[in-house]
Amino acid sequence: MSDHTEHRWVTPFNAVAAMIMGVAAVILFLRFTQGLSATTNLTHDYPWGLWIGFDVMSGVALAAGGFTMSAAVYLFGMKEYKPVVRPALLTAFLGYSLVVVGLLVDLGRPWRLPFPFFRQAGPTSALFEVALCVGLYLNVLFIESTPLALEWLGFKKLRKIVASLTIALTVFGVILSTMHQSSLGALFAITPTKLHPLWYSEHIPVHFFVSAVAAGISMVLVESALSHKVFHHLAETPPEQMDKITIGLAKGGAVVLATYFAIKVVDLSLGDKWHYLGTGWGAWYLVELLGFVGLPCILYLIGFRERMPRLIRWTALWTVIGIMLNRFNVSFIAFNWQLETRYVPHWMEIWVSVALVTGGIVVFRWIASRMPVLYEHPEYKGMH
Amino acid sequence: MSVSRRKFLQGMAAGGATVLTAGAAKASSIKHFDGHPGRFGLLHDTTLCVGCRSCEKACGEVNADSLKQVAAVTVGDKPKVDDKKRRVTPDSLTVVNAYAVGDKVVYRKHQCMHCNEPCCASVCLVHAFEKTPEGPVLYDPDMCMGCRYCVTACPYYALSYEYDDPVTPRVMRCTMCLPRIREGKNPGCADACPTGAITFGKREDLIEVARARLKKSPDDYVDHIFGEHEFGGTSWLTLAGTSFPNVGLADGYTHTSLPEIGTGFLSVVPLVITIYPGLLAGFYAFSKRAERIGEEKAKAAVVETLMQADEETKAKLAAAAKRATKDKEQAIAAAVKKALVEAEKKAAQAAAKEGASS
Repeated sequence: MSDHTEHRWVTPFNAVAAMIMGVAAVILFLRFTQGLSATTNLTHDYPWGLWIGFDVMSGVALAAGGFTMSAAVYLFGMKEYKPVVRPALLTAFLGYSLVVVGLLVDLGRPWRLPFPFFRQAGPTSALFEVALCVGLYLNVLFIESTPLALEWLGFKKLRKIVASLTIALTVFGVILSTMHQSSLGALFAITPTKLHPLWYSEHIPVHFFVSAVAAGISMVLVESALSHKVFHHLAETPPEQMDKITIGLAKGGAVVLATYFAIKVVDLSLGDKWHYLGTGWGAWYLVELLGFVGLPCILYLIGFRERMPRLIRWTALWTVIGIMLNRFNVSFIAFNWQLETRYVPHWMEIWVSVALVTGGIVVFRWIASRMPVLYEHPEYKGMH
Repeated sequence: MSVSRRKFLQGMAAGGATVLTAGAAKASSIKHFDGHPGRFGLLHDTTLCVGCRSCEKACGEVNADSLKQVAAVTVGDKPKVDDKKRRVTPDSLTVVNAYAVGDKVVYRKHQCMHCNEPCCASVCLVHAFEKTPEGPVLYDPDMCMGCRYCVTACPYYALSYEYDDPVTPRVMRCTMCLPRIREGKNPGCADACPTGAITFGKREDLIEVARARLKKSPDDYVDHIFGEHEFGGTSWLTLAGTSFPNVGLADGYTHTSLPEIGTGFLSVVPLVITIYPGLLAGFYAFSKRAERIGEEKAKAAVVETLMQADEETKAKLAAAAKRATKDKEQAIAAAVKKALVEAEKKAAQAAAKEGASS
């Protein structure tokens, strides 16, 4: 598609991306020669910082759009959302890849990543389950994303084989996602004294899973709004249909957020935690619960009822920020709430996280401008 | 964390798929575990502690070989109440902090508590921790990936990490001087304590010692042995003359061990694996069925429309045919009439001709 003008190398976007990646490379050099203490503000009290809270915790949640949308279209028969499945799966694949990259940067001895699978397993660890599921799911997402490349390269036979696996892969993907999205929450089920009671719950795995679905749907909205702006010449779905999809997703988002809100309120009651709401931590909790769960739920509902795609897209961005805030709260803000010391990320930690996202966008652009992501390949129309 | 169970788990964990069910089996089968009988422990009596830091100094000395750097300690340089509370680090595996209780100063020694059911061991995804039969929880740096989940999980903030090491960072913690114990010696801190505030021995004996002190001088102590039951119990036991939150040990630690609290959720895993395929296949079948019914309805509607159209056409044809027959009859009638008229005309002409000729 339009190869002549699109693929110029020196563009403002590429220049900024190259600058971000260049500095990140220097930071990574420092990190692997001087240790984590040279590039992070991690302490013995805060062993997990931004690289876990953002790169891993938020990254996995925001990549939940892949399994959410493929389940909706292929298993629940909501065919009208087909145009967003491919970009969602690609975003998920890139997202999970970045999670692994981020993890490698954070691990003390990253070259031992295969150890839990091939040397000595610790199956009592929630992290073991996360590692196993993320590892398997990354492979599933890879296979689910191959049709893009196979159609681009014209490998029809392989493409057909992959297409025949769609349902099986989708089912496997939903199973793996249910398990590791919730297990990320389960990581903190063992820290009842360190995580503030408002965030700690014995049902925190369920909180994580439900909020990940909300994050996934919202991320699909954000991603499709952006890609249709940047690649409007490639996107073949007419704007009216995209608006319809947006409005439909808003309905889904509202239902999921309402469920999440309800679970959180039920948890306040079950644990008899109401009295904490009167404290400073309670105020901060209400900012998250009312401002970033309740409010976007209502805004999604308004956007759906009044058919306001623009409002819906901004609400999606707000929800994405809200889920990130939740993951930050759990992994380092409301964590160690009884300690006087606090963790504030080092600028180098922030820079590396920004560089990861930038890398994801660069690869997404590269693929979306060449392969059939936002349009159906003319030779395979209506086949998948 | 019995050895046999651990071995069993490792055996189970050999295959990729069985790994998950093994984790679940373990999680759902955690029973109260009283620990290896005769294991060792230490008792710190804060009412006897004068904060001299002899234990800190001894700890650094006996562990010098395994530490990358040993913190300098001056015996007698007592911590102050207003000092920032220190925590264990890679160069000091034990620290003594000062707490103000009324107008008195209370010192408490801190280090790895060596839990009966250590959560650091249960959260390690490469199983780098082991609760030894002697009591200490040991760490294997040759297996560690450096994820630091153990440091995150420890409720006593008793683990630290070598953040400044880029290649071989280790999790650092008190080992209860296991090598010395195996040689028949006391841990370094217990030997160094000049006031008898630290007692080393078999854990069950230490509990008896502690009970005896509580009974003998009930006014000097709060009636509680910290570590007897906290999160399933610890090898380090602490006595104090004030409630434990005042000396940095929070209230509200349950008796349930953290592995029991934190890994119960894993028992849901096999349920997800077994229920989801059928459940999702059900959803898929529903959506397919709805699709099929929709298609059939559409097909039926088309057929019906066609049939309706057909009948209308027939009726129209019939009407046209009727009209045609009528037209034909009319035409015939007209033709007959015309023929008759012409015949009459001819007859009249013939008659007129005959009359004229005759």
